[in-house]
Amino acid sequence: MQSRHLLRTAVLGVALGAAAFGAAQAAEPPLKVGLLEDVSGDLAFMGMPKLHGSQLAVEEINKSGGILGRQIELIHLDPQGDNARYQEFARRLLSRDKVDVLIGGITSASREAVRPIIDRTTTPYFYTNQYEGGVCDASMISMGAVPEQQFSTLIPWMVEKFGKKVYVIAADYNFGQISAEWNRKIMKDLGGEVVGEEFIPLGVSQFAQTIQNIQKAKPDWLLTINVGAAQDSFFEQAAAAKLNLPMGSSIKVMLGFEHKRFKPPALNNMHATANWFEEIDTPEANDFKKRWHAKFPDELYINDMGYNAYNALYMYKALVEKGKSTKLEDMRKVIATGEACIDAPEGKVCIDPKSQHTSHRMRLISVGPQHEVTVVKDYGTIKPYWLGDIGCDLTKKNDKDQYTPSHLPNKS
Amino acid sequence: MSAELFSVFYQFADVFAFLILSAAGLAIVFGMMGVINMAHGEFIMCGAYVTVGLVKLGVPLAIAQGLAAVTAGLIGVAVEYLIVRRLYKRPLDSLLATWGLSLIVTQSMLLIVGSSVTGIGTPEGSFAIGGYTFSTYRLVLFACAVAVLIGLYVIFMKTRFGVMARATMQNAAMAKALGARTGRIYAISFGIGAGLAGLCGALYAPTMTLIPTMGATFVVESFVTVVVGGANVLLGTAPAAVFLAMIRMALNASYGQIIGQIGMLFAVILIIRVLPEGLSSVLVRRGR
Repeated sequence: MQSRHLLRTAVLGVALGAAAFGAAQAAEPPLKVGLLEDVSGDLAFMGMPKLHGSQLAVEEINKSGGILGRQIELIHLDPQGDNARYQEFARRLLSRDKVDVLIGGITSASREAVRPIIDRTTTPYFYTNQYEGGVCDASMISMGAVPEQQFSTLIPWMVEKFGKKVYVIAADYNFGQISAEWNRKIMKDLGGEVVGEEFIPLGVSQFAQTIQNIQKAKPDWLLTINVGAAQDSFFEQAAAAKLNLPMGSSIKVMLGFEHKRFKPPALNNMHATANWFEEIDTPEANDFKKRWHAKFPDELYINDMGYNAYNALYMYKALVEKGKSTKLEDMRKVIATGEACIDAPEGKVCIDPKSQHTSHRMRLISVGPQHEVTVVKDYGTIKPYWLGDIGCDLTKKNDKDQYTPSHLPNKS
Repeated sequence: MSAELFSVFYQFADVFAFLILSAAGLAIVFGMMGVINMAHGEFIMCGAYVTVGLVKLGVPLAIAQGLAAVTAGLIGVAVEYLIVRRLYKRPLDSLLATWGLSLIVTQSMLLIVGSSVTGIGTPEGSFAIGGYTFSTYRLVLFACAVAVLIGLYVIFMKTRFGVMARATMQNAAMAKALGARTGRIYAISFGIGAGLAGLCGALYAPTMTLIPTMGATFVVESFVTVVVGGANVLLGTAPAAVFLAMIRMALNASYGQIIGQIGMLFAVILIIRVLPEGLSSVLVRRGR
């Protein structure tokens, strides 16, 4: 199986190579890209676009000559939302398949499960989701948006527009807990009040009590950072109970495309800040969407994870080609120059040398009663500044830690 | 004050309905027949998908839900005939077989129908008491749960089939000797169990996200309720649901969902430790 696959890739490589570059370069072995994305289990509906985005990028890059003239071989494994399987498959990709780069992971729990394994190797790792921020680790390059891009924009806007009292419903694992901590910090700085916080175990689908707790606390708006298909049932049940509160989130709409999955008006009055959502209407974005839907006509929605996964491969290509090497240390030398940028469908994005996180063009979007998405505010490009500000500097020191507002680096 | 009281009742009714509807089918298949049906959640999923599919074709919701339950029931009869029938004397093998079935079904659904289906929306209707607004549909769910219990009582206590079924579950060989067609009784009982699971999925379909693994959110609660209840569907499952619903509702209201879930499962451990045969062992003994 393995050898047949290699043979096929080699034949393809020779054919393409002969056409474009001559047989000498094609004889080079392909670059192996290991990809860990859930395409079954509770998060499959989010993971599927991530796989598709990676496949689209690999196809495009291979067609235009590969990376440094080498074709890409994508090795995708499906951890099915199971963190133990994430670890097992990460080890398999790193030590058996000897991949040149590892990409993937959906939940922050899965990322934290594989990060220590990657840290013991010299393989670069791309995490392609928006997340709760704070990972200061030289092996990891983060492609998604982080709280200073999402919460520091969204929460002040929500407070100004709807009021100072917020109720939080969050998934009970590191993403939900740390995101809630961010909300507490920002609300405190704004003089707002968190009138309730509820952490929901993953897999819970019944919210009658939560809805009532919210009505009792009388917030001005809700911060919804609930995760997964089961917890998303909240929106349907809240709409049926006529909760009618404005909602803000860092993951709804552009990531979970709830506005496509639920019948209107369940997601009415939802607001989010995002670097990508399928409704972006620019020539670059439209061209990207056209290519995506040509390859995957059944895609319900191109979510930001899938988009970031697509960008990750182009960023990898840029880093390898600028550094003329696939080694992590050479890639990081390129990052240290501050010139590690690509022209993405959202616009130009660059990797910040101190934190190895990505700058993004952030927009605030609102969902209407018919689930139409409108751009309310354009923040322009926002750099991932927080880690650098608190003292993470990967060009000098590799902390291999995740910081939060209550867990800051030692100032020694 | 009356608003607070009503809200307590509403929350209790909501948890109770969830426990009864998700457990009723399993109470027959596992509680009475002794088949550890790991594919219980997939019958629930089947009911939900059929409902949504039919509603999208223009069938009114209530009729779609009824048809979905019947569909799940018929599939249940087929599963009994093809798989479970051969494994009544091998409970561990039936566990393995139904688990395998569950994996095959969820993965096939993922491949055929896709990772997510657009919902159909909860039927309109809400009312306000005090500062709270409630969804009327949740009370419909409660009414359905009570109706299911009454229906089960009538079927198993008042009909000829019910007498035969109880006789067969108690002593199949003796029932057969007395002329009961045990094979058919097993098939119909399993079918009723699967149909009730399908009904659960059908009733909750408008309120939830539809994904192939959605049955999993019901399975823990259903097994827990049946195990705490014990072998008797009526004297076991119903009191178990009342008991667990009160614990969960109280803890949910005061300490949130995490403590609610932990507390309920903790209560389950205690009960199984003290009453290995479940609540019905006490209630039935007292009734005699």
